[in-house]
Amino acid sequence: MIYPDSKIVLEVRGLCASVNGTEILKGLDLTVRRGEVHAIMGPNGSGKSTFSKILAGHSAYEVTGGTVMFEGQNLFDMEPEERARAGVFLAFQYPIEIPGVINSQFLRLTYNTVQTHRDKEELDPLEFDDYVREKMKLLEMSPDFLERSVNEGFSGGEKKRNEILQMAMLDPRLAILDETDSGLDIDALRIVANGVNQLAGKDNAIVMVTHYQRLLNYIVPDYVHVMEAGRIIKTGDKELALELEARGYDWVGAECKAASEAAA
Amino acid sequence: MSATLQNLVNQPYKHGFVTSIESDVAPKGLNADTIRMISAKKKEPEWLLEFRLKSYEAWLKMEEPTWPNVHYPKIDFQEISYYSAPKQKPKLKSMDEVDPELLRTFEKLGVPLHERMALAGVAVDVIFDSVSVATTYKDKLAEVGIIFCSMSEAVQDHPELVQKYLGTVIPSTDNFYAALNSAVFTDGSFCYIPKGVKCPMDLSTYFRINTEESGQFERTLIVAEEGASVSYLEGCTAPAFSSNQLHAAVVELVALDNADIKYSTVQNWYAGDEKGVGGIYNFVTKRGLAKGVNSRISWTQVETGSAITWKYPSCVLLGDNSVGEFYSVAVTNHYQQADTGTKMIHIGKNTRSTIVSKGISAGHSNNSYRGLVKVAPSATGARNYSQCDSMLVGHHSGAHTFPYIQVANNCSQVEHEASTSKIGEDQLFYFAQRGIDAEAAVSMIINGFCKDVFQQLPMEFAVEATALLSFKLEGSVG
Ligand SMILES: Nc1ncnc2c1ncn2[C@@H]1O[C@H](COP(=O)(O)OP(=O)(O)OP(=O)(O)O)[C@@H](O)[C@H]1O
Ligand SMILES: [Mg+2]
Repeated sequence: MIYPDSKIVLEVRGLCASVNGTEILKGLDLTVRRGEVHAIMGPNGSGKSTFSKILAGHSAYEVTGGTVMFEGQNLFDMEPEERARAGVFLAFQYPIEIPGVINSQFLRLTYNTVQTHRDKEELDPLEFDDYVREKMKLLEMSPDFLERSVNEGFSGGEKKRNEILQMAMLDPRLAILDETDSGLDIDALRIVANGVNQLAGKDNAIVMVTHYQRLLNYIVPDYVHVMEAGRIIKTGDKELALELEARGYDWVGAECKAASEAAA
Repeated sequence: MSATLQNLVNQPYKHGFVTSIESDVAPKGLNADTIRMISAKKKEPEWLLEFRLKSYEAWLKMEEPTWPNVHYPKIDFQEISYYSAPKQKPKLKSMDEVDPELLRTFEKLGVPLHERMALAGVAVDVIFDSVSVATTYKDKLAEVGIIFCSMSEAVQDHPELVQKYLGTVIPSTDNFYAALNSAVFTDGSFCYIPKGVKCPMDLSTYFRINTEESGQFERTLIVAEEGASVSYLEGCTAPAFSSNQLHAAVVELVALDNADIKYSTVQNWYAGDEKGVGGIYNFVTKRGLAKGVNSRISWTQVETGSAITWKYPSCVLLGDNSVGEFYSVAVTNHYQQADTGTKMIHIGKNTRSTIVSKGISAGHSNNSYRGLVKVAPSATGARNYSQCDSMLVGHHSGAHTFPYIQVANNCSQVEHEASTSKIGEDQLFYFAQRGIDAEAAVSMIINGFCKDVFQQLPMEFAVEATALLSFKLEGSVG
């Protein structure tokens, strides 16, 4: 929801980044305020996941220009784990498997680590078990997932739910959801969307990367952005998503080009 | 991220210090007279001197093995001092009588002896350099007829038992280092569990190499009579010397009918510095003879130290239905080299063996698993299950697996599984994205990897091992 005079959570200005010498982000601008829900759409390979991972601090990407402020702080001064503790959460498009590490232990470590850095109480294993089971209920996840290795052998949809479970636990200030809806069946989509909606409040913000309007029926965005070739080329409200669904992306690029030619 | 990880792995050796207890050190070099001197100093019976001299004769004719996948400059055996004993009264009745300097040594190790004993009810036979200086809980053990003492004491007080079993599992001609040990061993532990007795506590020995350039040749013998059982813990650390120290121990286990011996090791000797200078050469021969029916020999080891490790705790499954187990975690970092594994020799009918080996290699280290499963024609119905997993940390380390399987009958079952994995940047990024730094992440991944082995360790040892591994490895991904 858009609140008047709400504080800026994320301010991206002219962000340029490359991987292995190839420029992928080419001057990206985005402002996200507390309480808002943003959707980023755009063709495959336009740089949506790259952008998400750069916000989270992945070392494979080199930032070559621009600035990113998070809650008034230079994001690039923070290590990836510091960003997470400060409230940047990324639900991965492809959550990685960690064989041998038991999910419940991993979840408790992440929870307690983040709590400690926020000067909040840690939970002992028994307390945590109660806590996490409660959260899992909301996501209609079986407690069996606690005893398995992190993401190992999880189906695509199960991995996504495990991501949202962590989001629910960690109570982020900025949640970036990279195609969390992909691979979810119809029921799961509704359940996951519920989980996200529970998080959404006036103190935090959500940036969702998605290809489908369907998700936006459940989580209604305040802004819809179109990303192409490493930049946000158009921003609208939720109607824009419907239009994209009906007409595809080509017209946006064409319109954009025409506009810049007219300006020149 | 890589840089942090490198820093973490490069923490200096915490246990690096030399205590100043005055040593009684033999001049360098080895000949028959050195052996006579050792034997005389220890007031040994004639048969033992003969055992030593025969072993020495055999050793002279043997070649240093070159087949392990390890590399080091040739050892000059005449440059080693073969005897070193702290000057103090050997028999102590309580901890109060122990040299306070020694107690401080243990404190520096982070394992205060008294605390450890109080906490765990562990009887500790302290080996400091080569002579045992304190033996505790002896009375309590004596009540049930258990003998737990230094090898030297056993030779004096129970010569018939020592003579009956010494060298019966590992003959002095077994290999180059076993022969050397048989010739010059100075001390070690002896443990005898009489018929039907379940040892009421874990028995523990802390080994510690203390005198620079003094070879360590410990000799341990554990005998479990019919229906007896014992769990034995061996742990060790050493000071940070820059010249290599040879350590060639021999451990023999004998389990009679229905007896059960569990032998656990956490090894943390000085591994050399981050450039590979210094560190212990650990060339150990360990073997258990499951002599009786339904007997069981179980080895669990967590190997983190030494510049070079060459070690294959093995089981000879002679009794029908006997069981052999080998659970191992071997960690190498920097320029460490480890060639370790086991031999399971199935002779009796329906004998069973399990091998679980976890090798972790970081830095520029090399870690090899070498295992032999041999099923004799007589071992009908034998079964073996082997699982060998390697984990690579960083880009410059090596993991190798050399399984040898020889089956001489057609009604046995041998299974071998192997895997190699790597701690990836993307895994660490996932942890970081959830607030967990690389140090804690590596620790968690490694502990998950080693879980099957740690589960086999006695409780307080498992805690120690977990901490040790974190200390050795945290942050070694590049
Ligand atoms: N490590 C890498 N090495 C080389 N190219 C990369 C790397 N990572 C991303 N790219 C390239 O960067 C571009 C943007 O990729 P990114 O994953 O950000 O796209 P996306 O918008 O998320 O696409 P999708 O909708 O398919 O998920 C792609 O062309 C991709 O191939
Ligand atoms: Mg993507």
